[in-house]
Amino acid sequence: MSNSSFDINRFKDKLFQIAGIVFTTFGLLILLVFIVSILVEGLMRLDWQFITSLPSRKPEEAGIYVAILGSLWIMGLTALFAIPLGVASGIYLEEYGKKNKLASLIEINITNLAGVPSIIYGLLALEIFVRILGLGRSVLAGSLTLTLLILPVIIVATREAIKAVPHTIREASYALGATKWQTIWNQVLPASAGGIVTGVILALSRAVGESAPLIVIGAMLYVTRVPTHPLDDFTVLPIQIFNWLSRPQKGFIINAAAAIIVLLIITFILNGIAIYLRNKWQKKVKW
Amino acid sequence: MKLKEKIIEFFLLLSGIISILTTIGILYVLISESIPFFEKVSVIDFLTDTQWTPLFADKHFGILPLLTGTLLTTFIALLVAIPFGLTIAIYLNEYAPGKFRNVVKPILEVLAAIPTVVYGYFALMVVTPFLQNFIPQLSGFNALSPGIVMGIMIMPMISSLSEDAMYAVPNSLREASYGMGATRLQTALKVIVPSASSGIIVSIILAISRAVGETMIVAIAAGQQPRLTLNPLVPIETITTYIVQVSLGDVVQGTLEYQTIFAAGITLFILTFILNNISYYFRKKYQKKYE
Repeated sequence: MSNSSFDINRFKDKLFQIAGIVFTTFGLLILLVFIVSILVEGLMRLDWQFITSLPSRKPEEAGIYVAILGSLWIMGLTALFAIPLGVASGIYLEEYGKKNKLASLIEINITNLAGVPSIIYGLLALEIFVRILGLGRSVLAGSLTLTLLILPVIIVATREAIKAVPHTIREASYALGATKWQTIWNQVLPASAGGIVTGVILALSRAVGESAPLIVIGAMLYVTRVPTHPLDDFTVLPIQIFNWLSRPQKGFIINAAAAIIVLLIITFILNGIAIYLRNKWQKKVKW
Repeated sequence: MKLKEKIIEFFLLLSGIISILTTIGILYVLISESIPFFEKVSVIDFLTDTQWTPLFADKHFGILPLLTGTLLTTFIALLVAIPFGLTIAIYLNEYAPGKFRNVVKPILEVLAAIPTVVYGYFALMVVTPFLQNFIPQLSGFNALSPGIVMGIMIMPMISSLSEDAMYAVPNSLREASYGMGATRLQTALKVIVPSASSGIIVSIILAISRAVGETMIVAIAAGQQPRLTLNPLVPIETITTYIVQVSLGDVVQGTLEYQTIFAAGITLFILTFILNNISYYFRKKYQKKYE
């Protein structure tokens, strides 16, 4: 290799290093700019009155009380449906049906479902839950929609967590005379709980930010009453934000920014817990 | 005891079957609502008519304007996400100190966790006004700024997944390359990237699929004007935005208007289905290589 081509390559190497630093910094900077711009616009509006007020035609009186409670309802019911279903199918795929045809069919399905755009789930739910089952634009229909949407996330997380449990643990349990289910329930699940919980929280944080499928099933843009049972109308925080963003008045845009701060706080807390649990769990589980 | 075990296994299987039922449900709904639509509108018209005006008196049902809108925003997103994502991935994997990588990677992943309605706000309220300083003819609603914002959103997908793939390349390859006197950049581009290419392709295809199906950013910032154009400066409409637009009105079941969202939906589904299967194919190939 001649000296000059060596120098050129060294120069290219340095140049790429600088590009890498610039691009990475730029990515982080964009995040910072976004967060600061939201805070500048919305922080002044964010007070107790805003959080506890009902919606209103006047931006300065409107609040996010109905939307927050709607989001809590949706989250709660979605968790109630999605966690047992997701964990159960994860267990089935990993512990029981590893080799048979049905299991591989389920597996291919889950891979495919994870890539289906969320709005398609909205179309599915509009027809099945809203029309055929007659659930209307209710909290129940909304949470069933989001359940289907986040199931693949929980199933995949459960399988990964179960996969990490070494076989010696299972064999020890069998040697003591435990049945397959006893082994799963008493040994495998407790050992993989950290990973499962991490996946569940990430899935719920996805659900709390979703709006497209809920708009398709007809979640109301303007709901004045807090839902009191699963068949009530509802709105959620992201839909409230979308609603405010589509209005011309400046006051509603400020409201949207303030509501975004609340939504981001919820999302970041959930993601933070997930990251914390993942780190803790990865450290603890070393066989 | 035996019976209890069998019952439990049966219930676990039942939960697994829900995923199959979901897929069947999606196919059933999309197809059964599209059939009456395609009885009234010929597939040829649907694929070749250059206007999409189902909500007007003069009705046209050409999917092309929605399709170009979708592909235009996706293309802009990729112009942002691929160079940024890959450069960052190579930088973090081959250049950056391990500690820096461990801090930066999760922070960048935060970008992917932000709800899309929030990105819609950024596109509409931050990026569009900012761009209008340089491009005065840019409309308040346009394809450019939601495209850019979408690119920022999917960038961590590419950088993170590609970085994982490059990380999995055995160190011996890297050392062999250095031993031959190659620089880090030569090693990265000629050894590491080709070895990790399946994983990198998977990350890009998944990002495309995500951009094609993304809804709220375009619904908020791209406008609602189905227009057959490749000009990123004017309002457009994507497939997903159209579905949102119709859903916001009161869709009456059985009307042609109701069926159009399923015809649009099946187009979107086919598009993402093809992309996801290509990525599945590459993932299988990639797994074989390293296991």
